[in-house]
Amino acid sequence: MTVDRPNIGVAIFPGSNCDADSLHGLELAGANAIPVWHDHPETGSLDGMMIPGGFSYGDYLRTGAIAQFSTVMDLIRQMADDGRPVLGVCNGFQILLETGLLPGGMLRNRDMKFICRTVQIRLESTGNSFSNQNASGDTMRIPIAHGEGNYYADPKTLAEMNSNGQVAFRYCDNGIVGASTNPNGSSESIAGVTNAAGNVLGMMPHPERALEPQLGSTDGLGIMRSMVESCISSRAAINV
Amino acid sequence: MNAKVVVSLKDGILDPEGQAVASALGRMGFDEVKDVRIGKVIEIELEDGIADAEVRVKQMCEQILSNPVIEKFHIQTEQS
Repeated sequence: MTVDRPNIGVAIFPGSNCDADSLHGLELAGANAIPVWHDHPETGSLDGMMIPGGFSYGDYLRTGAIAQFSTVMDLIRQMADDGRPVLGVCNGFQILLETGLLPGGMLRNRDMKFICRTVQIRLESTGNSFSNQNASGDTMRIPIAHGEGNYYADPKTLAEMNSNGQVAFRYCDNGIVGASTNPNGSSESIAGVTNAAGNVLGMMPHPERALEPQLGSTDGLGIMRSMVESCISSRAAINV
Repeated sequence: MNAKVVVSLKDGILDPEGQAVASALGRMGFDEVKDVRIGKVIEIELEDGIADAEVRVKQMCEQILSNPVIEKFHIQTEQS
């Protein structure tokens, strides 16, 4: 472990299956990545947390419904309140929605299909902890793999999110967002959202699967590196 | 005592599973089908003699059995 790398945990639940990729991706992006088992969150000081994809608790009841009551979620709520970066990808996004750390809910894909392919997303806001390496309007090629990624929020919530800059990403085609570029039926083609403070991000696309040229895209690096840098700066701010 | 909880998507929220079943029923000749909504039934067996059983089951529904952002619930209780 080197001292200048932030410590970022990867919360692992029964049924998580993107934890190894997430640990690898965080290391590539410049962090000490630390596995954190869901009921043993005694890990020392963490500067950030990633909740990986998968099928926590078999998706029983609803995606993320049972994981939200795991011991590690108390730690994650505390970290979110302290302003430390928390990134939930795919099932991690679903868990953050169930906990209420992020607004909205998740429905089955509009066309009832599990979708597994690379999509384009457009960066909609830079007012969060995951976008300091990118500019607003940047497009990224990042894979999705989900059966329940149809993001839903009611019109009032959507209006609030838009005015607060909480819509992080929308599905697009060459930067253009439209009905034909919406793979799963999500409200306003939303692919990722943040909390009002901007330190908690949930997204359906998998940035940890787009970090090396051998995998076809390195566009996830900006998101992961931004998180690493934000972990360093939020640690400095909290420890003042 | 037994409680039966029916959880379903709120009115107006897209139910792709229900739509797929409605479409299949139409293809099978059940032309009278106008719409199908699919939910889930959760049967809970409770200790007997709990005074506030309905209140407790409602709390269960609000805290985990349903997600109030997208779902509604209905509770039926009966003595076993």
